[in-house]
Amino acid sequence: MDVSFRLNGKTVKLGNVSPTRTLLDWLREDRQMTGTKEGCNEGDCGACTIIVTDRNGAKALNACILFLPQLDGKAIRTVEGIAAPDGTPHPVQNAMVEHHGSQCGFCTPGFITSMATAHLNGETDHDVALAGNLCRCTGYAPIVRAAQSVEAAPVPPHMYDAPLDTAANATEHSTPTDLETFAVWYEQNPETTLIAGATDVGLWVTKQMRTLEHVAFLNRIPELATITDHETCIDVGAMTTLTDLDKVIAPHYPGFSQLIQRYGSRQVRNAATIGGNIANGSPIGDGSPALIALGATLHLQKGHQKRSILLEDFFVAYGQQDRAKGELVTGISIPKAPDALKCYKLSKRFDQDISAVCGCLWIQTSRGTVTTARLAYGGMAGTPARAKNAEAALVGQPWTKAGIETAMQAMTQDFTPLSDMRASAQYRMETAQNMLLRYWFEDKGTLSSVHEVSP
Amino acid sequence: MTHRPAVPHDAAPLHVSGAARYVDDIPTPTGTLHLAFGTSPVACGILNGMSLEKVRASDGVVAVLEACDLPFDADCSPSNHDEPLLAKDRVHYVGQPVFLVVATSHHLARHAARQADFDITEHPAILTIGQALAADSRFEDGPRVYQRGDAGSSLKHATHTVHGTLHMGGQEHFYLEGQAALALPSEDGDMLVHSSTQHPTEIQHKVAHALGKPMNAVRVETRRMGGGFGGKESQGNALAIACAIAARQTGKPCKMRYDRDDDMIITGKRHDFRIEYRCGFDTAGRISALDVVHYTRCGWAQDLSLPVADRAMLHADNAYFLPNVRIESHRLKTNMQSATAFRGFGGPQGVLGMERIIDHIAHHLCMDPLSVRKNNYYATPEQGAQTTPYGQVVEDSIIADLTDTLVSTSEYVKRRTAVVDWNAQNEVIKRGIALTPVKFGISFTLTHLNQAGALVHVYQDGSIHLNHGGTEMGQGLFQKVAQVAALRFGVPLDMIKITATDTAKVPNTSATAASSGSDLNGMAVKVACDTIRDRIAAHLADLHNCPVRDVQFANGIVTLPEHQLSFAKAAQSAYEARISLSATGFYKTPDIQWDRIKGHGRPFFYFAYGAAITEVAIDTLTGENRILRTDILHDAGASLNPALDIGQIEGGYVQGAGWLTTEELVWDDAGNLRTHAPSTYKIPACSDRPDIFNVALWDGENKADTIYKSKAVGEPPFMLGLSAFFALSDAVAACGPAYPDLNAPATAEHVLAAIKRARNV
Repeated sequence: MDVSFRLNGKTVKLGNVSPTRTLLDWLREDRQMTGTKEGCNEGDCGACTIIVTDRNGAKALNACILFLPQLDGKAIRTVEGIAAPDGTPHPVQNAMVEHHGSQCGFCTPGFITSMATAHLNGETDHDVALAGNLCRCTGYAPIVRAAQSVEAAPVPPHMYDAPLDTAANATEHSTPTDLETFAVWYEQNPETTLIAGATDVGLWVTKQMRTLEHVAFLNRIPELATITDHETCIDVGAMTTLTDLDKVIAPHYPGFSQLIQRYGSRQVRNAATIGGNIANGSPIGDGSPALIALGATLHLQKGHQKRSILLEDFFVAYGQQDRAKGELVTGISIPKAPDALKCYKLSKRFDQDISAVCGCLWIQTSRGTVTTARLAYGGMAGTPARAKNAEAALVGQPWTKAGIETAMQAMTQDFTPLSDMRASAQYRMETAQNMLLRYWFEDKGTLSSVHEVSP
Repeated sequence: MTHRPAVPHDAAPLHVSGAARYVDDIPTPTGTLHLAFGTSPVACGILNGMSLEKVRASDGVVAVLEACDLPFDADCSPSNHDEPLLAKDRVHYVGQPVFLVVATSHHLARHAARQADFDITEHPAILTIGQALAADSRFEDGPRVYQRGDAGSSLKHATHTVHGTLHMGGQEHFYLEGQAALALPSEDGDMLVHSSTQHPTEIQHKVAHALGKPMNAVRVETRRMGGGFGGKESQGNALAIACAIAARQTGKPCKMRYDRDDDMIITGKRHDFRIEYRCGFDTAGRISALDVVHYTRCGWAQDLSLPVADRAMLHADNAYFLPNVRIESHRLKTNMQSATAFRGFGGPQGVLGMERIIDHIAHHLCMDPLSVRKNNYYATPEQGAQTTPYGQVVEDSIIADLTDTLVSTSEYVKRRTAVVDWNAQNEVIKRGIALTPVKFGISFTLTHLNQAGALVHVYQDGSIHLNHGGTEMGQGLFQKVAQVAALRFGVPLDMIKITATDTAKVPNTSATAASSGSDLNGMAVKVACDTIRDRIAAHLADLHNCPVRDVQFANGIVTLPEHQLSFAKAAQSAYEARISLSATGFYKTPDIQWDRIKGHGRPFFYFAYGAAITEVAIDTLTGENRILRTDILHDAGASLNPALDIGQIEGGYVQGAGWLTTEELVWDDAGNLRTHAPSTYKIPACSDRPDIFNVALWDGENKADTIYKSKAVGEPPFMLGLSAFFALSDAVAACGPAYPDLNAPATAEHVLAAIKRARNV
């Protein structure tokens, strides 16, 4: 496969790259650019963070689970390219030295690139920008102090990267770039592994050591990344990243937006797509419970054949989805309605953790009676699933604490969760039930989140 | 203020530009080979054989070595010679290295290592404390006991008693740079090894042994580690040995680094403990008797478990005088990774046990735990120094004054009232606040390790080359020691060149561990610098006919009564007068002696002190929790570098709080570690630090004669994180009448369980 991109301002053209060669390995092994570090090789530590600029702007990504073809036509900036071409350090570099933000220094290049991206984009919520960068030495305080100290510093001009005018992708080995043609091609080549953001498939290569013989990169199909805001619903293309999904969702469903803020880290949300999150069928992905609670519809296509189903019907059983061989997920429609959604993610760590339980609850009431209840949970079964018995116990009943307690009891009929390293079955059930209670408390204005408490 | 300048870490400009070089960043010659271990899929069993055909046939594989292919006895143990590099007849844990793949790339080596078929007869694995006790599976013949007075009879006569059990988990180091080594074969069978290690001499020793060579055939160099925390005291041995053996066999440079998952599955972690206690006390909470039993899972090999468990016993008192005390310690052998050194080295576990007892006493008496703590603190020397359970007189206790200062600056009293009010008014979210102190003993308990060497050269242009036995893992040791050298020569810091730790420059070094780095190496460097400085002074005094004592070194200038010259000119002059400008320095800690079997003596040169106050909020629906504010006052003596010391304190606190909150190690019933990557093992992230985080240094100097009267600061602040755990316990206690019995780590799940205990449901 041929790939070209800009690297620290200079154009690089590569021929015959292995499609599953990661940017990190290429930088370190082929280019001997060892500033970018490997800390975990699965996108969880941020030591390999680099800056990628495309037509939508600059974003931080994890190089360890980025395949080279995903970078075609884009501009990359690594830690080696953060100082100005004349060697003048970037303001965040000076600040990190002055504020003692590095100790062992191994995570530092990743922090520098994340901080430089936030600085470039004028972001000042450092907890969000740095949630995907782990540091074991400093306790983060001096790093945040460093970031705060240069919020007002001007962006050095060399940081404004431009993507390439043309990508190198139009070779005979490449897959089609329009959806219709691609869908036909995929129907004929159903053994192909589809790669969207690679935040999951990347690990098949780096951790499971799988050799992926046939791959297709969906980032080549612009149509899949479109978002259309209709009067009654929002149509979101499958290749929409979680970052972009958040932007369109936030005005309508702030609870979902807050959940997305805790989906992976900034680097992961910049890569991961909503289509990938749904299509991989994980029972603990955070996108699906919220979308099920919103009553979202999933769109699929096989060849020229298109169909739409309720998202909740897509998940058949653990590891099994209603997707035929050669059929691909193309997008999702999210209904617009007066907001009744609350999302509760429970994990060991607040940021960048996988849910033990993710409860997304849509409860509408009218004159004190529950009219609609869609209680969708991740982590409670082999698929994201609704608590139908609990819903039935609520609907038509008065919206009271006693009514909620009845529904909580009914939920024991809905789920038989597992015990694993994230949580015990008992804890999962108990907290899934208590999330209903939390909805009640929030509805009544009772403080019920530790994140709303100030020192 | 008694503190010295707060200059940044010497390598900070390299860190921020990506130019700081770690082992995997060193440019390697063409043809360098890459290694990976094939590991046991079984926790306990007889290894009948392996089928390695697919491994050998895998792309890029150059060689595959089994135990029988090793040229000499290759052992990785730092203590007991019980860790063969590759398992031979038996396997002892899931993840134990069994064969070694040598391939043309890191990725191909890892890929090939997964292609083996094992023939293993599985035996029942010993995983839990209960299973180990039932099988009497342990290191040493039986439990070790340290005692003073008569805890048994004092317990019987006590006004009040409490008893209980505390479970605490271990901890993965999660150094950001995984274990790594690179071996370059030299002529005549010699070997140069670059290792990410806290203990280059150990690497040299173990590699030489595995190559059948004397130590002088092996040179080990360590410029820096990407984090150590104790995890690179002994756990790098296997990689260095493997690289050296493969390099010897192939004649090619060989490199090995563990992938993160492999690193977490293969290497040891902090020891987990179960602590059982019975404690007697009066109505003011003053302890009259304590009987405490430590059970710790050491894993499959001895490694450093004996001194770790000893140090837990030596810190079973923390900052409290215990008139009648019995401490019993069981070191259990289990089919898991061999637990190893981790910041605090057993101390945190002992301290956590003691603080739990204080917390329990306070709950029993309905007192503020702070009052119980203060009522039991070791007396100051002015009040009449008291003695630890192991017979060391506490000559330097400042904990009472330090606590009072922190209580005042943090407005603890006012805030405790506010917490109580909040909890009366809020149904779902409860708050808690707690102060915990730390008193930590400084010195290796294996007395002979308390020595260090240094090598200093002054070149004829006045530039200075500095080397010592300590290693740099981020703590800023090199900069602190360079500051010492700059002070001794009276030159600016930029005249000192800091160089990689190298077994060919300073021999027979101890691990950079036990917080001893600055104390030991700072003194050794001082000796070396003074030797050269005195030679220069004598030369100049002779030349200018003045008393030696009148030759002064300051600000890069050497001043005599009637002359002044730059340090460079002074060096040039000494060189031309044929004066040696190179010297070694040596230091050994005075006044320590320790009998670890009797449990008596003076193991520590001095104690470091500190205290922290943490305030938290918990969610009673799920147990989710958050640190709101932390105030710390810590004793670093007369700090060599307040910026670096505060960095150790902030980082140590967060790491300690992580151990006790989100960091949970989970093994399944077959002995598989289920939390072997950052996706499942959760160290604190950026937003987990306290919203308000006030850290201050105690303004005082070390009573002991240390380098510029400073104190060690690497490990002690780790235990300040305990205040987060006891703040959580305090918040849980507000939920109901019963003692919450909170276990560690206080994950949301454990907090919710404790809430139910407090409520008696």
